[in-house]
Amino acid sequence: MTSDKPTPQSHTTTVKKLMFVVVGMFAFGFALVPLYDVFCDITGLNGKTNDEAVAYTADGIDTSRTVTVQFITHNAKQIPWKFKPLIQQIKVHPGEQKVVKFYAKNQATQAIVGQAVPSVSPGIAAGYFQKIECFCFERQPLQADEEVEMALQFYVDVDLPKDISTLTLSYTLYDISEKIASL
Amino acid sequence: MRGRNRIWLLLVSLFSNAAWSDSQLNLTKGVTAISNEVYDLHMLVLYICTAIGVIVFGVMFWSIIFHRKSKGAKPADFHESTKIEILWTAIPVVILIAMAIPATSTLIAMEDNSDSDITIQVTGSQWKWHYKYFDQDIEFYSVLSTPREQYENHNGEPATRSEHYLIEVDKPLVIPVNKKVRFLLTSDDVIHSWWVPAFAVKQDANPGFINEAWAKVDKPGIYRGQCAELCGKDHGFMPVVVEVKSEEDYQQWLKEQQQLIADAANAEQASLSASMSKEELMQLGESTYLAHCAACHQPTGLGIPPAFPALKGSPIATTGSIEEHIDIVFNGKAGTGMQGYGKQLSLKEIAAVVTFERNAWGNDTGDLVQSADVKAASGE
Amino acid sequence: MTTDTLENTEHHEEHHAQPSGIKRWLYTTNHKDIGTLYLWFSFIMLLVGGGLAMIIRAELFQPGLQIVEPDFFNQLTTTHGLIMVFGAIMPAFTGFANWMIPMMIGAPDMALPRMNNWSFWILPFAFSILIGSFFMESGAPNFGWTFYAPLSTTYSNGSTAFFVFAVHIMGISSIMGAINVIVTIMNMRAPGMTYMKMPLFVWTFFITAYLLIAVMPVLAGVVTMVLTDTYFGTSFFNAAGGGDPVMFQHIFWFFGHPEVYIMILPAFGIVSTIIPAFARKKLFGYSSMVYATASIALLSFIVWAHHMFTTGMPLFGELFFMYCTMLIAVPTGVKVFNWVATMWRGSMSFEIPMLFSIAFVILFTIGGFSGLMLALTPVDFQYHDTYFVVAHFHYVLVTGSLFSIFAGTYYWLPKWTGHMYNQTLAQWHFWCSIISVNLLFFPMHFLGLAGMPRRIPDYALQFADFNKWVSIGGFAFGLSQLLFLAVVIKCIRSGEKAADKPWDGAEGLEWTVASPAPYHTFSTPPAIKDE
Repeated sequence: MTSDKPTPQSHTTTVKKLMFVVVGMFAFGFALVPLYDVFCDITGLNGKTNDEAVAYTADGIDTSRTVTVQFITHNAKQIPWKFKPLIQQIKVHPGEQKVVKFYAKNQATQAIVGQAVPSVSPGIAAGYFQKIECFCFERQPLQADEEVEMALQFYVDVDLPKDISTLTLSYTLYDISEKIASL
Repeated sequence: MRGRNRIWLLLVSLFSNAAWSDSQLNLTKGVTAISNEVYDLHMLVLYICTAIGVIVFGVMFWSIIFHRKSKGAKPADFHESTKIEILWTAIPVVILIAMAIPATSTLIAMEDNSDSDITIQVTGSQWKWHYKYFDQDIEFYSVLSTPREQYENHNGEPATRSEHYLIEVDKPLVIPVNKKVRFLLTSDDVIHSWWVPAFAVKQDANPGFINEAWAKVDKPGIYRGQCAELCGKDHGFMPVVVEVKSEEDYQQWLKEQQQLIADAANAEQASLSASMSKEELMQLGESTYLAHCAACHQPTGLGIPPAFPALKGSPIATTGSIEEHIDIVFNGKAGTGMQGYGKQLSLKEIAAVVTFERNAWGNDTGDLVQSADVKAASGE
Repeated sequence: MTTDTLENTEHHEEHHAQPSGIKRWLYTTNHKDIGTLYLWFSFIMLLVGGGLAMIIRAELFQPGLQIVEPDFFNQLTTTHGLIMVFGAIMPAFTGFANWMIPMMIGAPDMALPRMNNWSFWILPFAFSILIGSFFMESGAPNFGWTFYAPLSTTYSNGSTAFFVFAVHIMGISSIMGAINVIVTIMNMRAPGMTYMKMPLFVWTFFITAYLLIAVMPVLAGVVTMVLTDTYFGTSFFNAAGGGDPVMFQHIFWFFGHPEVYIMILPAFGIVSTIIPAFARKKLFGYSSMVYATASIALLSFIVWAHHMFTTGMPLFGELFFMYCTMLIAVPTGVKVFNWVATMWRGSMSFEIPMLFSIAFVILFTIGGFSGLMLALTPVDFQYHDTYFVVAHFHYVLVTGSLFSIFAGTYYWLPKWTGHMYNQTLAQWHFWCSIISVNLLFFPMHFLGLAGMPRRIPDYALQFADFNKWVSIGGFAFGLSQLLFLAVVIKCIRSGEKAADKPWDGAEGLEWTVASPAPYHTFSTPPAIKDE
């Protein structure tokens, strides 16, 4: 029988390997943040849309289909703005470009920076909803009582799954003045 | 002897409780095709599990009874059998597949949100629901209507409780029967979950994102549910009530709502020029305060510091400017749990509640606030 | 070189003077001392967490708010969960690991004794912070033990920093404990003890330790994100800054689901040790047990989103997680069948450890059934976040994990203390526990099906009757545990002298040393006989 009494060295090696796993998993926890975004892009989880402008690349318009796009807006707590879409819904053919306008007015007595966060439902449609230009790409500073009309230019990808006939775009408006001030 | 009597009384009260017969044991069957499918699936799995349980525990109790040392049982020698182990890996797989098939088809049906007749935006907020009918001007908050004294009974005798204690609201959501109603859910603050057991609909309302669910109800009636996701202090006090009406009644209700909106706008206009007496303001202010503010700031005005500050003696409600006070009530206060009530309360109610807060609990500032002041201060 | 190890251990010379009193426990690096510390600590935490639960049950005894405010109620449910998970169940298993693994694999001690001391002694600090937050201005954490953002970040009551700090310390402690277990098992097995000859108990702790080092760092990561979101203006989970609150749940449950198995796999190990001992028959299907444990552990990494079916997942995601979750029933079923097959045609006797183990098999299986029901996505929409879920995980964690801890304690108590426990008292403990625990948790299934959400301080009238029963069961179960305390204290102080091997069917190296186990065992590795 061999006496393989463990040496401190062999412990150290094992501990080092295990510590490597621990540190790796800690990093992995943070890596899940970008991974989650990739995962969302692929699966349409949570209806995240592109947060940077895309070029219009659709080849042709599919006039055989009509998709209803609904717009809803929502003010997060404590932002005293009027914020609404100027039209509530629009019918489009996949591949067709459209521009819709949103209205915002700061009703507070001081300037506020707003940020609109988009979300599309059903989530699976989010990847097919292409924004060429959107006010949500940028922060929106408004002086007291200032009002503005903001444009969204978009098209729906011709590859949109056949069973989707209605999709809803929601904007939640947040007050990010404090966040910006603290930067 | 008295002690023993008390124990008997307790036991008797446990068994003879009148409400005992109302206690529900099983899942709600519900009033939609989906909820019925869900119920059937639930029963299927329950039966399968029970059957497996009976067999496995049956075998176990057989050996517990017959293979015991005290009966002189001698232990057998076997301790593995590839054949039998493969068998009891394979059989569960087959059973699982049998469950997965109906589950998959129900799930596909549930997730089919297309072709809805009506869309309603449902927004959770601490601690009430807001409903907005898409493409209509109708929107309203739906708040628990059980009076506080029914549940706050720290000392003294419990109050008599209403039949739908904690699952009743001031304004239920109204939807028509036999129409596919699509719910678009989101939240103002934390995550809530909108749940109506009779529809088998439970969907989270996530802040900044929208979620979908739908129901097509077969039968008119009133259906009750609750918020299902822990959302803070009053998570247990934000019920969901849905009233399902026949098509005619629903149309009638829509008309009434339009009329109510017009009336409210007129009243709002009228209140601007009207001037209310202190008594009127205090009275309306107190009832408004109890309904909307007391959950956090407490009926005593003492709040629950540090999250919910006291109003009694607070600078905002005493020495501070009235404009600032109105602004906080109207627009909320960023970075805190204080939300804006501008959308939820009328100008008159805000005027009254500000007046009330500035004069109640010994805050006797003597300030009177009128609707016109609220309008001026809010920048509306 | 293998002489009689029994002799060897008994007359082992003391290497260093052993400090006495508090210093002995503070400075100890002895695996048995540290195991004892862990076990006592976890029992104290069980009583604290149980005390909180009893306040919860007192409030829920009847409709209306009688005893606590809703916000304080949330603090109670949150700390109850955290204390039971991180303070009672996990340290108890670490205690078992410390006591038994070296003795079962024929090692003189754990591989890293000084780290072992640290990993225990930082725990009391973690829990002092957590429990202490009750007495601070902010109050204790009130966002549920799952601390979903943004309730725990933007809308927190100010306790988030304490909570995060406490969880970090608990995490570090668990990771150190797990590293120690792995290194010990990998490097210090007695010559001749191959992996497939290790007792199943050791195997389950080995796999659990791997799960721990894989997911505790992820928990550390997610609490760090919660911390920076709350206090340093990051937006991991804040939609306003481009984050996503649902992502929190994904990362949390990536930790959280394996965590569930961290709390149940060691229980499998304990029960798999006890059942063969009292059936006087070898464990049926040892290797399939090992593979089943490993596959449960692996599957636990790809089922996390079954906790989040209602968050709005795409259809195929729901299907994927439903199928994976259902698959877990297969290896779990294999385990249950193997236990039953071990009893089949055995020669059974029903000492207390066996009674708790049989109760474990039955009640854990009930928890498994409700778990299977919860796995089916369409029905989960009805069960989710109701008392049905509360019933499910309490069946798994109380009548599962906790009962296995009781079983294991009764089984090895003679080895630890050198005395037999008091039979009568132990019988009382078992029967009181088994009756009250079912009165406590079984009606919760009905409550959940009838539509009672979890984590609410007050409820609609149709839930009143069952809640009354549940509360009575809760008080009875809580009080029954004082019997356990009495049994253990009596057993330490006095009692019939235990033989080296008090159970005639027991197997394993731990029974080859004296009772009570000498301070140092297996300084020379024992011989492992080939079968």
